[in-house]
Formats: sequence, structure tokens, C-alpha cells
Amino acid sequence: MALYSEKVMDHFRNPRNVGIIEDADGVGEVGNAKCGDIMKMYLKIEDEVIKDVKFETFGCGSAIASSSMATELIKGRPVSEALELTNRAVAEALDGLPDYKMHCSVLAEEAIKSALEDYEKKKERA
Amino acid sequence: MIYADNAATTKMSRAAIETMVRHMNETYGNPSSLYVTGQRAKEVIEEARSEIAGLIGADPKEILFTSGGSEADNQAILSAAGLGEKEGKKHIISTAFEHHAVLHTLKKLEKQGFEITLLNVHEDGLVRPEEVESAIREDTCLVTVMYANNEIGTIQPIRKIGEICRRKGVLFHTDAVQAIGHIPVNVEEDQIDLLSSSAHKYHGPKGIGFLYAKKGIRLVNLIEGGAQERGRRAGTENVPAIAAMAAALKEEAAHMEENAAAMQAVRDRIIAGLEEIPHSVLNGDREKRLPGNVSFCFEGIEGESLLLLLDDRGIAASSGSACTSGSLDPSHVLLAIGRVHDVAHGSLRLSLGEDITDREADEIIAAVKDTVAYLRSFSPVWRDLTEGRKEFILP
Repeated sequence: MALYSEKVMDHFRNPRNVGIIEDADGVGEVGNAKCGDIMKMYLKIEDEVIKDVKFETFGCGSAIASSSMATELIKGRPVSEALELTNRAVAEALDGLPDYKMHCSVLAEEAIKSALEDYEKKKERA
Repeated sequence: MIYADNAATTKMSRAAIETMVRHMNETYGNPSSLYVTGQRAKEVIEEARSEIAGLIGADPKEILFTSGGSEADNQAILSAAGLGEKEGKKHIISTAFEHHAVLHTLKKLEKQGFEITLLNVHEDGLVRPEEVESAIREDTCLVTVMYANNEIGTIQPIRKIGEICRRKGVLFHTDAVQAIGHIPVNVEEDQIDLLSSSAHKYHGPKGIGFLYAKKGIRLVNLIEGGAQERGRRAGTENVPAIAAMAAALKEEAAHMEENAAAMQAVRDRIIAGLEEIPHSVLNGDREKRLPGNVSFCFEGIEGESLLLLLDDRGIAASSGSACTSGSLDPSHVLLAIGRVHDVAHGSLRLSLGEDITDREADEIIAAVKDTVAYLRSFSPVWRDLTEGRKEFILP
């Protein structure tokens, strides 16, 4: 049996929405290099809808796949929906993750939420 | 596929497979039985024992068959500890980068009141004999230092440590799992009292190994039962595996020099190629290392994703990253030589086989270069480093 599902390997080999957004409306970074996983999310938001999302990840196969899947799940969705994204939804969309890799999906959820918080803060200041 | 994970396990040699199958077919008797079929099995075991003993400079009576390196490590250390305890000596010296079969056994002894000193292995991954000498106390009952490290391949100054221990009257054990079959080991010349070995690291079968214990050292039993192995390990002997282990080691010993020379040339070619990758570092001393070991850290990437992508390109390797160890911490070996977590996560170990070619080496170099560059291209750590928000750790 393979370590990861086909879905995980697909998102790991061909990650969606990789890169950065220079004039992002919200940026979030979670994790630390000491633990071996860092995710950074960039959001472009118009009329409370996520028009574009990009990510950069330092981490294992499931960390990269989780970031990629999380961006797919929120792209084009309203901010209110994105705020409800759960790690479970990310893991399920990937056809599951090994138990000891579930924290990668948690990190993906936190990265999205951190970017959305940044967006809210920027909005308040504006 | 290019199999570059020979420190994890090796492919069985033709000689080992043929020997194993032959004995599975023909030598099915129980070596403890008195009829001819049983006694024939007994002979096969004793021939293997003599063969192995001869190849490491031991007496056949000093070789005990075990299930592998881990069992041999456990039995050696617990035996020495037991002997020490009887004399009131409860101090053991080892190193921070031993195999877990050694470290976890020492942890267990620590809970039983033993005091453990773990020596520094320095940035070059080498134990200093003078530090062994100064660590030895009145109550030291054992020094256990691995012959060669499984991750970074550094070969320890075993002979010097052996000389010190003999002179000081302290038992000396070495986990030689990565050394036997690959570099010359002689228990007499190296003044080793206890040595562990595992067959599957030198093209023998899995689940079999041996413990060398110098005459006069009384071993404790880990497995109680029948009187097999002169009462030191119960259980019907794995005759085919024992014979195959001897066949594998005999073959490795016969070609050791030429194999080592060929592998070393390819090893150095790969090291030179990978050193061209910016912000990378070779782990372990350049000279005093196993002929087939290449170990690197690359800043800004994580090892598991590197391994998966190398696997996609047909290259089997390993890493000491946390994600591959199943824990939150990266390899204790890399931490022991002073690599910080951030760097240790981006490690790669290639352990070459004897049949590795220059062409395969070039394929490995190209694949690693591409993959490291690719992973760095979307690593937020790498971006911070290159855009000056963070300082590089590796030059």
C-alpha cells in the first residue's frame, strides 16, 4: 500500500495555485521551520469573494498537497464560506491522510484563517 | 530503478539466495535432533559459524546467532551491564548518535539506576578517543561506540578506543551493523569485546544476525527455553538464514577491496556534484566515511518531499527529516553533529550499492539538483532567505 492516496500524490506532484500575490489583500503564514512545516497563503479578495489565492509551502508531501487542496476549496468562494473551512474537509477532499499527517491539514486550515484575519485587519485599518 | 538505500537494507545476493533455498529444501531437520537429518543441519550451522568467525578474526565459540543487529545490541549491552552491576559498576559510556537499539537499551538501564555518559561526536561525526579515555571512571562497566554511523557514514576510531578500553579493563562493545561486509573489521586487532552485526546489510537475509562475545564474557539470555546456542539463546535455529548469512559475508569479504574502491569513486563523484548546490552541506567527515555513504543537508527544503519526487524519478533514498522519522524531531544523528532543526529537516542520505555506475551517479546528481531547485521555488523559507528577511545557516 502506498503511503499516500492518489489524490494526495496528484496535488503533491502538480500543486495548484503555487506562487505569491504581490498586492495581496490578506497574507497568512503558519508553522515554523523547526517543526518542518511552514505554509504561507496569499489572498486577493473582491466584494467579499476570494478572487485568487496562491500558496508557498516548506514541508512534506502531505503539507504541500494539503495547501494545494485548501486553495482549491476556497478559490472563488465567499469569505464567509472560507472562514468555515475545516481541516477535516481538506483531508477528506484528499481522500484521507495518514493519522500522523493530519496536522498538515490543520496547518492548511490555520493558514487560510490567518490570511483571512489579515484581510479583516487591513479592512478595518482602511 | 536506482536503489540508493543500502544502509536501510540490501538486495540479497545470488549466493545467499541459492544457499538459503538449498537449505530450505534439503536441510530441514532440527539441529537438536540426533538422527542424521538433524545432525546435518547442526553441521551447516557450525560451518557457518566457523566461516563468519574466520572472517572477523574470532573463534567460532565466540559467535552467537541472533535475529539481527537490534537483538545483538540489546544482549551485548544488557550482559555487560549485568556483569558490571555485580561489581558495583553502573556507569556506561556511549555516543549521542548511536542506533536506537543501543540508545533505547541504555535508556532502560538508566531507569534501573545506571549512569550513562553520551560523548560528543563533533561536527565531523567522529568520536575522539581521548574523550573516551577521560570519560572512563572507576565504576565504568562498558563503552559502546558504533563502528560506522548509519546515517552519515562516519567510521569511528574503533581500534584506538579498543586499545584504551583494554588497557583500562573496561568492556568494549561496537554496533558494527553498517561496517561488517563493507570495511575490514577484525575483533582481535581492534580489541573488541562485543560486536553486533546484521546479515541484511550485506546482501544476506533479514531476520538474522550475530553477536560476537569474547571468550569469558558471560552473556545474559534474552530468550529463555532450550539449550540452543550453548544455552545463550533459546529457539530452534534458522538454519537456512544462518547459512545464507555466511555465504553473503564470504562473498562480500572476498570482493571487499575492489567493491570499496569502485563505490568510493562514485561516492566522491556524487558528493562533488551535490556540493554545487548552493547552501548545502556534506554531513560527516569526508575521508573517514563508508565507501557507499553520501549524506547532505539542503537549506530551505524538507526531506520527505525530496524523497517522494526522487522516487518518481526512480531513485530510492532516505532522509532524516521529522516527517520520515514519524516524530516531530529530525534525526538525532544530525542534531548530534550540530545541525539545527531547520537544516536537519532538509536532509538526504544516499547509500550506494556495489554495482552503482557513473551514469547512475550523474542521474542522481541531476535529479537531486532539479528537485531541490523545484522545492525551493515555492518554499516560503527559501524566499525569506533569498530576500534577506532571514540569514542563511549554510554557506
